Amino acid sequence: MSEPSKPQGRKFQLPEHLKEYKGIWVIVEQERGSVHSVSWELVGEARKLADKLGVEVGAVVLGADSPDLNAICADAFTYGADVVYKVTDPVLADYRTDPYTRVMTDVVNTYKPEIVLLGATTLGRDLAGAIATTLATGLTADCTELDIYMDNRSLAATRPTFGGTLLCTIQTLAYRPQMATVRPRVMSMPDRDGSRTGRVVEVFPTLREDDVITKVLSFIADREQTEAQLAFADIIVAAGKGLGKPENLKLVFDLAKVLGGEVGVTRPLVQAGWTGFDRQVGQTGKTVRPKLYIAAGISGAIQHRVGMEKSDLILAINTDANAPIFDFAHLGLVGDALTILPALTDAFGKRLSVNRLAG
Amino acid sequence: MHIVVCIKQVPDSAQIRIHPVTNTIMRQGVPAIINPFDLFSLEEALRIKDKVGARVTVLTMGPPMAETSLRKALSLGADDAVLLTDRKFAGSDTLATSYALTSAIKKLSEEETVDLVFCGKQTVDGDTAQVGPGIATRLGFQQLTYITKIESIDQGAKEIVVHRRSEGGVQVLKTALPCMITMLEGTNTIRFGKMDDMFRSARYSLKTWSKDTTGAEETKVGLKGSPTVVSKVFVPKPRAQKAKMIEAEAPSAEAPSAEAMAAAAVEAILGAQPKLADELLARAAAGL
Repeated sequence: MSEPSKPQGRKFQLPEHLKEYKGIWVIVEQERGSVHSVSWELVGEARKLADKLGVEVGAVVLGADSPDLNAICADAFTYGADVVYKVTDPVLADYRTDPYTRVMTDVVNTYKPEIVLLGATTLGRDLAGAIATTLATGLTADCTELDIYMDNRSLAATRPTFGGTLLCTIQTLAYRPQMATVRPRVMSMPDRDGSRTGRVVEVFPTLREDDVITKVLSFIADREQTEAQLAFADIIVAAGKGLGKPENLKLVFDLAKVLGGEVGVTRPLVQAGWTGFDRQVGQTGKTVRPKLYIAAGISGAIQHRVGMEKSDLILAINTDANAPIFDFAHLGLVGDALTILPALTDAFGKRLSVNRLAG
Repeated sequence: MHIVVCIKQVPDSAQIRIHPVTNTIMRQGVPAIINPFDLFSLEEALRIKDKVGARVTVLTMGPPMAETSLRKALSLGADDAVLLTDRKFAGSDTLATSYALTSAIKKLSEEETVDLVFCGKQTVDGDTAQVGPGIATRLGFQQLTYITKIESIDQGAKEIVVHRRSEGGVQVLKTALPCMITMLEGTNTIRFGKMDDMFRSARYSLKTWSKDTTGAEETKVGLKGSPTVVSKVFVPKPRAQKAKMIEAEAPSAEAPSAEAMAAAAVEAILGAQPKLADELLARAAAGL
């Protein structure tokens, strides 16, 4: 990232009493014993930032005490945490805004981290907004890049703005902690190091169920997991307006099937009702980072780009040789997706079956 | 029951363009709309009004021209509208914005106690999803975000049962009023306005409130009240290298066939990602 431009007109000195805030925290998102992968992606990212600052990485694990929770604490070290704050209470068994906010506010005020990161999930965004308001500090949502500006040792959180047309870098200079949420799959999953261990700080908050107004009556687990499949697919074939009409979506489904991949779409297609929101890739949809992303009839608007540009290999198919997607795709093919897609399906089908016979 | 729906007037993001030379946002001619996410919350509030009876007040903070969105909301069936506008609010981040809006909701509550606040899940221009939780926290209301369904609402017992989307499923929550709700998109469809509401909306005299009307403290609004600082705004950098274009042999002056292009594309993909090729072949060999 390039050098920061100095903000105009306001003074941004960190007050002396806030200088004792040290370390980078990740609030680990766990529900019913399983951890959302974004939490480990963030521990990996926190590790890089902490090494730059020369401070520790803290992972905060909240929940009811259980063997699962202990396993999660152990995992946190292997992804890069130095300290695990294990916060246990029966009231924390299910996520609810109130008790989680109360406990996190106390823990932050006690241990004073300089940076607190959360996943930009339904839980993370719900909790981050409540904590930041209670602590009266700055929170930057949905970041796509985090860095440290060493001149004032502050967090530089970059996020898309104006529906993704522009990026802006936001800082919280005179308040602590500096808070940010980061979307799943934006940061890469760190390699695990099974030999790493660290310190566990146990926290026992004093919560009473009677004090919590909101009750969880039940939990209805999702039957289908299309969302998860899209976010974690190795191969995605995606369609944009260039496909012309909804019936032509079949062409991307056919190719995805041959490749064992998933189908993604741009926002205009979802808005036009071609398919559901769960297949939308981009700023307001999913962020993906597959090994192969085939973009068919997608012009490459920035709103879409921010959701897929971290793919290992991007092949763009578009009739317009000047489409912006060719500026960031790795491979480009000028042609009509409607004829190229079936040809690709055939070509991949043949290539794979030939080898199958030979093998 | 008194319901406040917070809305925001935003530029229609689908129509924002970047000037190709100066790299700045071209605002001219971009129509202003009610943030699309707010409409799901407004519709839900109006449904509660239809079902159990309620007074629905729409509230927005913004420049005077945000009046357009308030009138639109009135034409859809909202009863009252408040425009919170003051130069002192300019430059507010989400913390300062939630403070200013909360000051207005508290003032509304003095007239008639507010039982429910609805906010949009997020806006399409800021995309933060932080103002709703900020308001709930400041008011001490129960916070219900990403709601897919309001199962029941009991005015007498002041109880509400909702479905809340979480990562792996849906939480069914029971809580007490007052609360702050953000609706998930696609959960309902905004109604068409009735003719008499349209006439009423046109004649309605808006309440226009300033910082002093709500008693908001100057140090907590605008740039002074905003912990976050925008240090840089920029257009994403293009990749150093443009896409390598795939070409194929073609007889004479004709364009290459789709088949020839596809074959070249397959080779380019497998050539660039040899590991991927192995995985695909292994998968194919396994008959998947």
